[in-house]
Amino acid sequence: MALEIIESCVNCYACEPLCPSKAIYEAKPHFLIDPDKCTECAGDFEDPQCATICPIEGAILDENGVELNPPGSLTGIPLEKLAA
Amino acid sequence: MELPVLNNTASEAPKGGCSAGSCGSTDDQMSHLPDSIRDKVKNHPCYSEEAHHYFARMHVAVAPACNIQCHYCNRKYDCSNESRPGVVSEVLNPQQAVKKVMAVAATIPQMTVLGIAGPGDALANPERTFETFRALSEQAPDIKLCVSTNGLALPENVEEMCKYNIDHVTITINCVDPDVGAKIYPWIFWKNKRLKGREAAAILIEQQQKGLEMLVAKGVLVKVNSVMIPGVNDKHLEEVSKIVKAKGAFLHNVMPLISEEEHGTFYGLTGQRGPTNEELQELQDACAGDMNMMRHCRQCRADAVGLLGEDRGAEFTLDKIEAMDIDYEAAMKMRAEVHAAINEELESKHAAKESKLVSIQGLKKEATRPVLMAVATKGGGVINEHFGHASEFLIYEASSDGVRFIGHRKTIPYCEGGDTCGDGESALDVTIRELSGCEVVLCSKVGYEPWGPLEAAGIQPNGEHAMEAIEDAVLAVYEEMRAAGKLEAKADAAQKAA
Repeated sequence: MALEIIESCVNCYACEPLCPSKAIYEAKPHFLIDPDKCTECAGDFEDPQCATICPIEGAILDENGVELNPPGSLTGIPLEKLAA
Repeated sequence: MELPVLNNTASEAPKGGCSAGSCGSTDDQMSHLPDSIRDKVKNHPCYSEEAHHYFARMHVAVAPACNIQCHYCNRKYDCSNESRPGVVSEVLNPQQAVKKVMAVAATIPQMTVLGIAGPGDALANPERTFETFRALSEQAPDIKLCVSTNGLALPENVEEMCKYNIDHVTITINCVDPDVGAKIYPWIFWKNKRLKGREAAAILIEQQQKGLEMLVAKGVLVKVNSVMIPGVNDKHLEEVSKIVKAKGAFLHNVMPLISEEEHGTFYGLTGQRGPTNEELQELQDACAGDMNMMRHCRQCRADAVGLLGEDRGAEFTLDKIEAMDIDYEAAMKMRAEVHAAINEELESKHAAKESKLVSIQGLKKEATRPVLMAVATKGGGVINEHFGHASEFLIYEASSDGVRFIGHRKTIPYCEGGDTCGDGESALDVTIRELSGCEVVLCSKVGYEPWGPLEAAGIQPNGEHAMEAIEDAVLAVYEEMRAAGKLEAKADAAQKAA
């Protein structure tokens, strides 16, 4: 059970101080989550904190590779406009 | 609840009318403020219109995280060719930021102000922001420290901010109505949850207002920024202006929405337009009845360096700073000398102006119609830029009440020389469009080629006042127009309408 940060991360640092398990660390080319430490915030918070503050749609995946913030979910930009 | 208003109908009054606190010439923008505040802002380019001709500012991009999303912002902020808030080329850690500030302080002695404005929110990164301020308040005590924030985390940080000589804070307040806010802010991060819609906007608004009140109670100078979004908050901002003024904000800065499809923002991609120059000025005038308005803001990047309107950030990248050999002791001495010289120049200008004002008031001229004039300058308060090199023009309004600063209009330099000259014609079209409403353009020099098209567009080019003080030159040209009988026709029409 662990989340993953992928290459669309813009290195904004917002998630790192929020992680209750200290699983997030600065790396090149982008921040990463230590899968051995990540608990998806179970027992600490209702929502996984990194995915709750992340401003970039699609940058954080769950253990099945599913985007926690799918396209349009944060910005409200209609999908047809995003595709263009 | 309606708050009492003295004069919020400035937009309907004749444009030459004397809006509160800005009668006569532009630096009177500050004349109604108490001495304690004037002393704090006199060398702050963002707070004093006069100071922005002489003093420079810089932002250090140490705060990449944000706790809210705005519809005019795209968090993929890494672009060296865009000049707008929230955009930077490299994010710095506090140590790198301090190094950069010291390098700029030594190279640009006019730099008096250091701000942290992002690219996210300064107070969503409190450790990085405060570590930078802590070091700078020790190592560079002659630099004023400023913070820009969306206000969400403001109340919990007021106490800490006051420890580092931070006496200037800017809060971006786009609304006081959650229904309006829901159209501007898609989400906020609040108490470990992502909140959306009206609920989110209501919390943000409450925090902003609380933070404003706390800062004013502590004696911290607060400026309020508002982004004017036509059809969303344009009508609403007059109410915002009244409320923040009543709570003690000393300056309100209404800025135009910057919105282009290629920015990839919600507003850009959904076709939300920004205001026209005329719409912006009308709203600023309407708010000016209630409070001191800022009109010289250039909406700079979160890593801008230099005088407002210029960006020398490219001279101070991390690798270039590393290679610099700087004698800080000598630099600090030079800074003190440069600041003293500028202050002396300003004081003698003030003295000269006061005596001139007395003589103008003695003349009691008949009311004539106001005229907008564009001015090309590279700083120092004088006309010292060629028409073809100007990337922006300052707009002044001359009337029988005096000269007042209206704002600035950005353009593409007509001729940068070399490879861009091929585009000269279309760049001129842009400039003519941007200068719409102006009847004169004052510059240190203007070429033969743009002369004809400018005249045809009703804008008289004028290169006769090179190196003269802007306001003196504007007034002189206005008097020439009066003598030539050019100020009468429309004034008659206005009188009949009144």
